[in-house]
Amino acid sequence: MILNTLTALEAGKLIKNREISVAEITKEALENIEKTDKNYKAFVAVCADEALKRAAEVQKGIDDGTYTSPLAGVPMAIKDNMCTKGILTTCASKILTGFKPFYNATAYSRLENAGAVLLGKLNMDEFAMGSTTETSFYGPTLNPWGENRVPGGSSGGSAVAVATEQAYYTLGSDTGGSIRQPCAFCGITGIKPTYGRVSRYGLIAYASSLDQIGPMGKNVSDIAEVLNIISGHDPKDSTSVNMAPLNISLNNDVKGKKIGIPSDWFGEGLESDVKARIMEAAKKLENMGAIIEEFQMPVIEYAIPAYYIIACAEASSNLSRFDGVKYGYCTPSFDDLTDLYCKSRSEGFGMEVKRRIMIGAFVLSSGYYDAYYKKALQVKAVIKQAFDKAFEKYDAILSPTAPTTALKLGENLSDPLKMYLGDIYTVSINLAGLPSMVVPCGFDSNGLPVGMQLTGKPFSENELMNIAYSFQQETDFHLKKPVIRREA
Amino acid sequence: MKITDEMTDYISELARLRLKDDEKEGVRSEMEKIINYMDTLNRLDTTGIEAMSHAFPVKNVFRKDEVHPSVNREEILANAPDKKDGAFKVPKTFD
Repeated sequence: MILNTLTALEAGKLIKNREISVAEITKEALENIEKTDKNYKAFVAVCADEALKRAAEVQKGIDDGTYTSPLAGVPMAIKDNMCTKGILTTCASKILTGFKPFYNATAYSRLENAGAVLLGKLNMDEFAMGSTTETSFYGPTLNPWGENRVPGGSSGGSAVAVATEQAYYTLGSDTGGSIRQPCAFCGITGIKPTYGRVSRYGLIAYASSLDQIGPMGKNVSDIAEVLNIISGHDPKDSTSVNMAPLNISLNNDVKGKKIGIPSDWFGEGLESDVKARIMEAAKKLENMGAIIEEFQMPVIEYAIPAYYIIACAEASSNLSRFDGVKYGYCTPSFDDLTDLYCKSRSEGFGMEVKRRIMIGAFVLSSGYYDAYYKKALQVKAVIKQAFDKAFEKYDAILSPTAPTTALKLGENLSDPLKMYLGDIYTVSINLAGLPSMVVPCGFDSNGLPVGMQLTGKPFSENELMNIAYSFQQETDFHLKKPVIRREA
Repeated sequence: MKITDEMTDYISELARLRLKDDEKEGVRSEMEKIINYMDTLNRLDTTGIEAMSHAFPVKNVFRKDEVHPSVNREEILANAPDKKDGAFKVPKTFD
């Protein structure tokens, strides 16, 4: 039986009905990874022994009624910036060589409590700094949709593990588009929830005021179920909002929903195929009964500089904890404490991470703080106001996720600024803390997937997912699969 | 804005990073390019606008002053590159 083509909920149902055992599905998943991942490198580490042991435990828990979730027993994997107790957690960085956390990230422990089986940890840009998964210390992950194409980033491993059907669903994290852009590049579905919806406890911080964990999967129903499990207040994260876990209900009705299209986001730099697919999706939603209207949202041009100032500033502060003393990589020879810090950090961090730490140190440094950091926080307020105004009129905003489809390997790696500019449609949403999701909506002339981005007002995940769900009931883009190369 | 070699050295010092000689010029010119791009923010008039740290209002979170067991010391030290007598070991910091 080939199980991996099932959705997470379909697999969960077979487990619940005792048509398959957790051990069977886990074993099949591990064998599939063994055959497949050589060609894509989605995983940083596969924990086969732990997964098989866990499968037996979960089966017992299902049998005795401990695990009742519709996803109980379903094998999954998570981005390597989330702490997993006793399991290697590296952020795809040399500086976390050998690091095994002594606690679980809350999002993962909630899934564990619902009976999830962890297959392994997924590749990413080092410390989630990048948009292609090429800055990983372990080397790039490859997109199954095209020869030598990047999967996007930074949650590239999380996207490819789903797109190649190695994991039934995954967790990613999104600071400036790191869930959404890889979903678009790999033709899968994902959501960055409202800031504070999911606990960040145990997520290794990049930019704390922007980071948010979210699910990535094969369709809206699957990720809605994952979000139900991982959402909700956590006393261990003081920015997690005091709200009960979500209980999303999907009803395939978009009649009368007002969806705004920011027409000034469709200008220069946007590939014509991407533009065409988004406009076709808008037409589809209109035919389904939604009211589509264009509007102007000009402040977007300031989102990238404001985002990179704020994110780098927070990163320079957050990454000061990596000092060669407490965990991870330590330089073999040093003269004194400062030398130990400097050498461990310089040898342990990759170039993009160093660059962002330095930009952050600069914008926070005496004499430049007001001109850069404070200015960026003012611009953030302006951007937030612009979204507030748009949401007075609209239930959701429909836009492209990225200006292009999946890039070729190496295309942007040599030019950081060019890579930053690719984040144009995603970063403003993190600055405003909004929920935003990506749904496949077609292909470009090279056969590469295009994803549309739907953004909502704070805490409107249910409404947003309902629009996306309705779209998937009327389209089959999310059912298309790439040809996956497996060893015999 | 021009980023000089001296500034690059100063910023690396702040960040506790040491760049190799052949990395310095690359980092300097990339930073200059990126920071000049960031200067586009000056085109937006933000007079009178309050700087916003958090998109939603956040307030200080307090919890009851109750004693809870802390994490086991051995577990924390398990990842330390060097340790001694239940503590992280570092080189001598003063004479």
